[in-house]
Amino acid sequence: MNKELRESILKSLKEGIRFDGRKLDEFRKIEVETGSINTAEGSAHVKIGNTEVLAGIKLQIEEPYPDTPDEGMMMVGMELLPLANPEFESGPPTEEAIEISRVIDRGIRESKCIDMKKLNVKKGEKSWAVMVDIAPINDAGNLLDAGSLAAILALKNTTMPEFDGEKIDYKKKTSKKLPLGKLPVSVTIAKIGDYFIVDPSSEEEEALDAKLTVASLDDGTLCAMQKAGYKPLSEDDIMKMIDMSLKAAKKLRVYHEKA
Amino acid sequence: MSELIAKERDVVIPGEIIAKGMDYLPGINASRQGENIIANRTGLVEINGRVIKIIPLSGRYMPKEKDRVIGKIIDINLGGWRLDINSAYTAMLSMKEATSDFITKGADLTQYFDIGDYVITRITQVTSQKLVDVSMKGPGLGKLKNGRILSIKPNKVPRVIGKQGSMVNLIKEKTNCKIVVGQNGLVWIQGSPKDELKAVETIRMIEEKAHIPGLTDKIKEFLETNKQ
Repeated sequence: MNKELRESILKSLKEGIRFDGRKLDEFRKIEVETGSINTAEGSAHVKIGNTEVLAGIKLQIEEPYPDTPDEGMMMVGMELLPLANPEFESGPPTEEAIEISRVIDRGIRESKCIDMKKLNVKKGEKSWAVMVDIAPINDAGNLLDAGSLAAILALKNTTMPEFDGEKIDYKKKTSKKLPLGKLPVSVTIAKIGDYFIVDPSSEEEEALDAKLTVASLDDGTLCAMQKAGYKPLSEDDIMKMIDMSLKAAKKLRVYHEKA
Repeated sequence: MSELIAKERDVVIPGEIIAKGMDYLPGINASRQGENIIANRTGLVEINGRVIKIIPLSGRYMPKEKDRVIGKIIDINLGGWRLDINSAYTAMLSMKEATSDFITKGADLTQYFDIGDYVITRITQVTSQKLVDVSMKGPGLGKLKNGRILSIKPNKVPRVIGKQGSMVNLIKEKTNCKIVVGQNGLVWIQGSPKDELKAVETIRMIEEKAHIPGLTDKIKEFLETNKQ
């Protein structure tokens, strides 16, 4: 039905509505909740329509990388659990899982929203490592934007545990937050035929030609981009998609304040 | 002495004792264990004379002979096609049940149905090992082109169809869509994009409000008020 599904989707788009009745630049209903995991230093639970993602942050002290002895570290991991989609299988991370986590990682890293210098405790010896783990609970399309929003909200929710210079006491939480600056927002724009859409559902993801994920700051600075899908994009397409994602990012940014 | 433990229309969970003694007989979704009759599914108790059956409130589709089901082609092998019928078991559509064309040995079967296609079939046989055979010979059976597939809870299917198809005919009439409801909980809808969305919305509403009496009138009202 893949070819026919695409035709049905295009038929709807021609009339100006999406397959599920949304407008082209409309997100599904978004719900966010933070601090849902007690054992994590920070956490967030994000729902975009039926897509559901849980993100958790763990902090630990590690030796900094030799090339950046006075900086902290960050790692983003995402595992596509069979729980989320019958097509996901357990085992080593798939290409898709690695792509999603790396795009989210790049968005956060290149926006420089975490002040890495402030995460250093002792030069060359001790630095905070920020582990961002994202687990999809249900995949109904657009895991990337949901995961990225969850990761950012979880970072914002994080409180540092007590550290006496030797050991971390995870049970004692201080009021200190992570040193965060301007927060990025990732928005994925999909191209189907001649149409551009925001927040593709799983049907649309099956039928899309190409998609572009754009991470941006609220002043319009682009932090990271990633193109996926098997069809090429023209320069004109990319410019249109960036404009569209910047507009859509404003709608997502609201949730940074809410949670 | 036989006695009833659960009352009519009580909600029971699997393993719950409904009746004690040999005077009662287990019906669909109930079974006998020693002297007791126990529930096999979560659902409502229905007592019809001596027979006790359970109307399930949830659960996946269980294939039954003569059911019309919508299936998705998931595999092609030498003798025909394998279908996902939204159940724990897959169904087999053999070549001779699919078409009356003469198919030469080694012919490419994808010219009839390819993987991912949706078809509407009737179950001809279910063995005790739950091997399901389906046929495409009969009126209204065949490949589904265009439109969309909607998945609903299989136990809500009778509600969506209504008495003698009253509910589904009402939706068809008011939305100008072609609709086929498979007993396995898959629904095929074809119409203009806006009409399709209207039909999807209506079916979702029926699914949600399945327990409310006088639902047909409510749906009628809903379809008429939203027409403008």
